Amino acid sequence: MRVELIDIHKHFGPVRANDGISLTFEPGRIYALLGENGAGKSTLMKVLSGYQAPTSGTIKLDNKPVVFTSPIDALRCGIGMLYQDPADFPPLHVVENHLLAYNDHFTLEFAVARDTLREYASRFGFSIDPQAYVDSLTLGERQQMELLRLLALGADLLILDEPTTGISAEQKEILFATMRRLAHEEQKTIVLVSHKLEEVQELCDEVAVLRRGKLVGGRDLPCPTAELVRLMFGEELSRTERQASEVGNTVLSVRDATFGSYRLTVEHVNLELREGEVLGLAGLEGSGQRELLQACAGLLPLHRGQVWLDGAPLQGKRSPFSWLPWLALLAFMALSLRAIIQRLTGQIGTLEMVGGVIVSALVGGTIWLIGGILITWTSESAYHTFQKRGGAYVPAGRLEEGLVPGLTLTEHMALVTPNPRFMVDWDRARASISERIERYNVVGRPDSRVEELSGGNQQRAMLALLQSPLRLALLEHPTRGLDVTSANWIWELFQKRRQEGTAIMFMSADLDELLERSDRIAVFSGGVMSRVLHASEASVEELGHLIGGQQA
Amino acid sequence: MTTTTNRILRFVWPVVPALLAVLVVTLLLILVSDNPPRVTYEALWTGSFGTPERTFSTLAFWVPLLLCATGLLVTYTAGLWNIGVEGQMIMGSIAASAIALRVALPNPGLPGWIIVPLELMAAAAGGALWAALAAMLKTRGGVHEIFGGVALNSLAIIATNYLISGPWQPPEGGTFRGTVPFPARALLPLLGETRFSPLSLALALLALGLVVLTLRGTTWGLRLKALGKNLRSAFLLGVSSEREAVTAMMFCGALAGLAGAVRVLSWFDSLRQSISGGIGFLAILIVLLAAQRPLWTLIIALIFSALLTGGTVVQLRTQLHSAISGIIQGMLVLTTLLFGDYRRLFRWSPGTEAREVPHD
Repeated sequence: MRVELIDIHKHFGPVRANDGISLTFEPGRIYALLGENGAGKSTLMKVLSGYQAPTSGTIKLDNKPVVFTSPIDALRCGIGMLYQDPADFPPLHVVENHLLAYNDHFTLEFAVARDTLREYASRFGFSIDPQAYVDSLTLGERQQMELLRLLALGADLLILDEPTTGISAEQKEILFATMRRLAHEEQKTIVLVSHKLEEVQELCDEVAVLRRGKLVGGRDLPCPTAELVRLMFGEELSRTERQASEVGNTVLSVRDATFGSYRLTVEHVNLELREGEVLGLAGLEGSGQRELLQACAGLLPLHRGQVWLDGAPLQGKRSPFSWLPWLALLAFMALSLRAIIQRLTGQIGTLEMVGGVIVSALVGGTIWLIGGILITWTSESAYHTFQKRGGAYVPAGRLEEGLVPGLTLTEHMALVTPNPRFMVDWDRARASISERIERYNVVGRPDSRVEELSGGNQQRAMLALLQSPLRLALLEHPTRGLDVTSANWIWELFQKRRQEGTAIMFMSADLDELLERSDRIAVFSGGVMSRVLHASEASVEELGHLIGGQQA
Repeated sequence: MTTTTNRILRFVWPVVPALLAVLVVTLLLILVSDNPPRVTYEALWTGSFGTPERTFSTLAFWVPLLLCATGLLVTYTAGLWNIGVEGQMIMGSIAASAIALRVALPNPGLPGWIIVPLELMAAAAGGALWAALAAMLKTRGGVHEIFGGVALNSLAIIATNYLISGPWQPPEGGTFRGTVPFPARALLPLLGETRFSPLSLALALLALGLVVLTLRGTTWGLRLKALGKNLRSAFLLGVSSEREAVTAMMFCGALAGLAGAVRVLSWFDSLRQSISGGIGFLAILIVLLAAQRPLWTLIIALIFSALLTGGTVVQLRTQLHSAISGIIQGMLVLTTLLFGDYRRLFRWSPGTEAREVPHD
């Protein structure tokens, strides 16, 4: 199927996300869509996959103009999109998930679906158990499952949005082999949205580059990478050199710590982190890095061992009233005991004894309630103590964990201001956030609500909210969704913090970033932490082996 | 749509569901009543604002409603469904009654300016503690505040019944379901022969102003707002979710307790069985309808209070049951829920992108 995009415009208010893009996708070829953050790649693909309607422009399939009203509509015409975050149902079985979109009979045809799944899976060398629960699969397997669904529904053009993020090296190989086979043997069209140049070079036949909503050029691949970079950014980038930094006193020390959730337990972790040092955590998603960061932030309770911050154990503030619930219990027991004794000695009747016990329960309950209120007011969670002692934790979920949708940037700034006054000082908060917006290149105004920002700008906003000075920064994917220039800028800002003595521990899926930015690297595989490597002596290959669970 | 049209529409739109409700009710009246609908509406007006006495009656009913709704503005902002506001109000009236019966009655020498503030403080404390119980059940026990609130509402009613028929039963006993009337110096200063106390209205308006200021300008208000919109993010940004939830509930409980005090100290003169009159639940409805906007809360509370007060006169003049006010209220709620959001009504296209922004 030949797909033509003709003069596609997509405007969001004053923002021109797509500004007159014309592209043609021929069958049997693999295309790459390149561009930095906010170049309009995702928007264009959402238009093509029926997720959103273009402001103007035409889509033609085999020279017939079409209008899609929904992704299902587009899929019926043969256009399927594999989203970066899988669009599936974690509580269902794989078969059920498959049937949900596939089944058009009144009853569910499990046997047929299982057979289809097996047949497609074996054709492409995927290994998916149809009876497994979706949430027990790895991201790569969920991607394979979604791919099978799209193919089974007859997709002729497949759009893959950043498909290699978070999947293993083997899964990536299988995925790429499948793509090649689908394109070159089955005459399907593949469109890969990515900003990983090596992958684009490795897989694709042709590339189209977007910049600021416009198509700025196309090349047949392979071609020199430097040329692509020039097209994407308008200039050639030089990666920043590793800057050595003075290493000072120990900031964080993890001693024989065991922690985890119901899914994964990480055992016997020992770590030291000094002022100005950067420790990178490598590993597939869900291997224990996030748990380590959360344990160090006081968000995940330790089963064993201790985390020390600046020479003192990290723990929440105990309330000076924590004895009150015990007093409540004591009062209840003493008073009811008195009533019982009075009954036994014959001073009161049975009814009065019951009344006495009820009264003592009321007295005890009241003390418990007041004690509970006082404890709630005076105690502090381990995480908030961690924050007060100069720690910061930046989670991966931007609108789920890091920012509050519905609040403006200024309100966020006011929220994180330490030692706030009773009344919010809006002028100070606004001045402060304006300065940070500028320093972190956030595209947004102090009055912008965070959900109005694009993903990359939300990421920058989260980092912009960090306090200064910081003792310890724990970062999950600090530059995810940022293009190379922005990522470099963010790391330059971290470099300044390092010189001020901030210790940094971060996790990332990008091995180059880990090697380039860390002093030392720890690799996680299935809840086990490797020995700590020196970044200057480590290689991508070595990390890859460790991530796969092989000791190098 | 341009932004100016949008702004005008947003301001004017709330009238539309109200008109629709009136239309439907009028139709109903034509169908069921022998009198023309105008008679009913006139009766409703006379009953609520027709004479000074009726007006003061409407205002007297408005005050506790407003106090409860004001408190609920705080808990809604924090994302808490404080269904227990009814029970908190009852606990407030019990606490106020306790002072009136146990302190004011045995000490005839105590003047009103000591007793009344004492009663009000006790009422606020009683409501706040009852609310704190719901909050502690939530934060420590994992019981959702809706279920805790419902249970505590029942307990509060049981406590009232126990007190009226037990320790606080009037000496003559028998037919009168309530405590002995409180002495005049234990009541709020009333306006003439009415049940309306200007002091209580001043108190309610002061509370509303305070809450508006709190939610707009204070750090605490900002924290509650963050908490209500995303608890996890708010916690990670440094808001102690437990502490703020307990405090917000107690704040609301204190205002509900004051509402309870207003009921026993001005509307009635003693603790009665049905002391709350469903005001707590009505307040929940009002805040929902007003979409947490303080000015609309004020207005809708007044309308509801007028409808309920006017219902009795409707029953006297026409042969309709006073439940007609309930029907009008219900119709208002229904039309507002169905047609209240004009943006949803005007969005015909199946697209979902109306509020979407480009990512990456």
